[in-house]
Amino acid sequence: MLNYLEPLLETGIATVRLTKVTRRSFLGTAGAFALAAYAMPARAFDAYATGGLGMEHGLVEDPLIFVSIDPDGTVTLVAHRSEMGTGSRTSIPMVMADEMEADWTRVKIIQAPGDEPKYGNQDTDGSRSMRHHIQMARKIGGAVRTMLARAGAEEWGVDPAQVIVEMHEVKGPSGQSLGFGDLAAAAMAQPVPAHEEVAYKTEDQFRYIGKGEVQITDLHDITTGSAVYGADVILPGMKYAVIARPPVVGGKALSYDATEALKVPGVESVHELPYASMPTQFAPLGGIAVVARNTWAATQGRDQLKIEWDAGPNGGYSSEPYMAEMIATSEHPGTVARDQGDVEAALAGAVKTFTATYTQDHVAHIPMEPPAAIASYTAEGLEIWAPVQSPYTTRKDAAKAVGLDPEMVRVNVTLLGGGFGRKSKADYVAEAALLSKKVGAPVRVQWTREDDVKHSFYHTTSAERIDVALDESGAVTGWRHRSVAPSILSTFAPDEGNVLPLELAMGMTDLPFDLPNIRCEHGKALAHTRIGWFRSVSNIPHAWAIGSCVGELAHELGKDQRQMWLELIGAPRSLDLKAAGLPEDFWNYGEPIAEFPIETGRLADVLNIAADGIGYGKELPEGEGIGLAVHRSFVSYVACAARVKVADGRITVPEMHMAIDCGFAANPERIQSQMQGAAVMGMTVALHSGITFEGGAVMQSNYYDYDVVRSDNFPTVVTHIVPHPFSVHATGVGEPGVPPVSPAIANGLFAATGDRRRHLPMGVEA
Amino acid sequence: MTTITLNGVEQVFDEDPTMPLLWAIRDIAGLTGTKYGCGAGLCGACTVHVEGKAVRACQTSLRSVEGKAVTTIEGLDPEGNHPVQVAWRDLNVPQCGFCQPGQIMQAAAFLGETPKPTDAEILAAMSGNVCRCGCYQRIVEAVRHASTGI
Ligand code: FES
Ligand code: FES
Repeated sequence: MLNYLEPLLETGIATVRLTKVTRRSFLGTAGAFALAAYAMPARAFDAYATGGLGMEHGLVEDPLIFVSIDPDGTVTLVAHRSEMGTGSRTSIPMVMADEMEADWTRVKIIQAPGDEPKYGNQDTDGSRSMRHHIQMARKIGGAVRTMLARAGAEEWGVDPAQVIVEMHEVKGPSGQSLGFGDLAAAAMAQPVPAHEEVAYKTEDQFRYIGKGEVQITDLHDITTGSAVYGADVILPGMKYAVIARPPVVGGKALSYDATEALKVPGVESVHELPYASMPTQFAPLGGIAVVARNTWAATQGRDQLKIEWDAGPNGGYSSEPYMAEMIATSEHPGTVARDQGDVEAALAGAVKTFTATYTQDHVAHIPMEPPAAIASYTAEGLEIWAPVQSPYTTRKDAAKAVGLDPEMVRVNVTLLGGGFGRKSKADYVAEAALLSKKVGAPVRVQWTREDDVKHSFYHTTSAERIDVALDESGAVTGWRHRSVAPSILSTFAPDEGNVLPLELAMGMTDLPFDLPNIRCEHGKALAHTRIGWFRSVSNIPHAWAIGSCVGELAHELGKDQRQMWLELIGAPRSLDLKAAGLPEDFWNYGEPIAEFPIETGRLADVLNIAADGIGYGKELPEGEGIGLAVHRSFVSYVACAARVKVADGRITVPEMHMAIDCGFAANPERIQSQMQGAAVMGMTVALHSGITFEGGAVMQSNYYDYDVVRSDNFPTVVTHIVPHPFSVHATGVGEPGVPPVSPAIANGLFAATGDRRRHLPMGVEA
Repeated sequence: MTTITLNGVEQVFDEDPTMPLLWAIRDIAGLTGTKYGCGAGLCGACTVHVEGKAVRACQTSLRSVEGKAVTTIEGLDPEGNHPVQVAWRDLNVPQCGFCQPGQIMQAAAFLGETPKPTDAEILAAMSGNVCRCGCYQRIVEAVRHASTGI
């Protein structure tokens, strides 16, 4: 196997680097210093608080729920989080296996069904899997290792302290040795030890954790086509369905004629499904379903349906006037969400001001696997097989759809062919459940790509206006940011046009700049479609606006981008919420701020690492430029340095450096793959992803008008991971790579050509 | 009625001969390694080999492959150890994995025709295969890696 740390490209650049921080002197104040924590000796495991306990159904740390050992020594570990490509199905069990000294080659992983009272929270989003479960996994593994040692000690009549558990073997003081399988029954019958009774490994004893050498558990199945995704379960007697959904959310069919559809060979029946009105929550949109003997017949049948749609209350939604309205709203004072100092006085007294408005269209997730689900409704209950991020919510929603008690419903979680937030909202599962009940047979509902593009839960569209006050020396004295965007809340509750504080806390109100006067406001925007979360959520428009604005200020003030960022970020410190004009209970991705502070030094560090990595400041050929941006989200810090090149009238990004500080790096190999993925998705957001509406309906439909970055235009990414000991808490990885990418590309494009773009998507043309 | 040799075994399909090969493979033959991603020839998730050449199964009718040899990811190598599959594992290419059977089938056919490709040839050959997770860097590295083993 090639070592992923080796240089992989012909260019000879290592594509992942563990980059230690050497803090450059900050504006002449402090000298370079290494973080004290780096000098600390390897140590065992001091538990710390996370937001995991505050999640619905919290954390379950009972090893008997997650671990079983067969007499032949096979260790079976339960993965209770959904696998959508981040690696959590491998990484959490890997942590358990390491702490219990199991040999990874003898570990089997099984997927938990949706059952949060049993397994704890299963809501796989928010970049929480490792952040909330690394301690739980160590505790479970450590407990089982202790139980194995105690069982061995009893067997041999020795002190458990004299027993060593090593690589699937339990060893006594005088050469005794038993395998895990030999002691399985006795070990699992031991009382589960308390955290304090367990002698955890010190970090230098980790075998798998932090190494990045364990391959994802599904690797062989994926490469041979035997991995099972949502549409890959085949049940005896199963029917295949596709659905014609109302083009406008809240619309319905006034009438429909299925005569021709029913003539298509293979089509068996046509059913009208109940319609949803806003707030829809995760209920299906309704429509006319065609049930057939195979997917092709179902889609052919659907093409033959004649439907007269009533658009309903959202038929007037059109993106162009809506955007103009949002921009107009941003020109007036809104509701204040953060108020530090007196920004109005700073703006009124400024020698110079700078104002810009940054906008973004909606985005659809388009996971490679479009939504699909299989349901089997029988007298015994309802059984589901589906790719879902939140299987317990799915279970409750599916139960509600067919009028069953959730106890009568089982949700089996398949692999997800990508999720990105779309598959937290399992409207497609409820559709399958409804249809299975109607036809009295198992039903697979398949969404076509067009269905997926046209009926998503869209990332919000937004207008972000920033006004900056400057004094005579060119110093920034005030920063006023107004955000106008329809809220996710509108999907769950009657819409009043206001965003949630947590949407603003994603990269806007938590602005870590060292400025005397900061105000954040939001203006009203009513939603006319289903607004949902998309990988990194509101951080995208906020980082886009803030990062682009920093680039523009650098140009205005004749500074380089790095200098501008570092001046605004200021000296290394933890953001003082009170001084920043923020409430004590400020939303910090659900994490206690004392354990997960907002640290400006770490922000500056990743910026410097990315900038140094790409050689920021070096001479570049005509038509090339480097853009920088840095952003904290999901309690991690990520900087992006993008070398943008205009070639044949097209915007290309030949090279990108992603520097991440996610605390302790549990699985560097998957962190690297997430940074590579975030670079591509961020670039797709920057150049391509624009969902627009007319007459309430989505205008795009498939890759030809909603394209993505492809292999002829992807950035070569160098990933830098800041190494930390376990005591620097592991934080999010799946999402935080995305936000800094689009402003870095915009700043790079400006550096290359002088062309400043303020709307996402920017388009591919230079 | 359409007869094709699917992964070396002759198989008869009674379905509508205009049915795309993709759905015949998935729904009728029950081989689910070949994926649906767009149904329009735009993403490559459904890539299979017809007489050794990579085709988009969603754009290929059953009728058009009458009497021909069709290979899916399940039939690429009896042990699943085609050099491209091995390279994919060596370099830990997948994230969610959904696009990967199509990527592997595309790469395998391409390397069959162009055993020692240049980088530009690799990028062009693979550009019809979307990976929404963004594994392109590793995909390209894996094709290069496999090309030295074919
Ligand atoms: S499904 Fe055939 S190319 Fe996309
Ligand atoms: S690995 Fe997820 S789409 Fe390619």
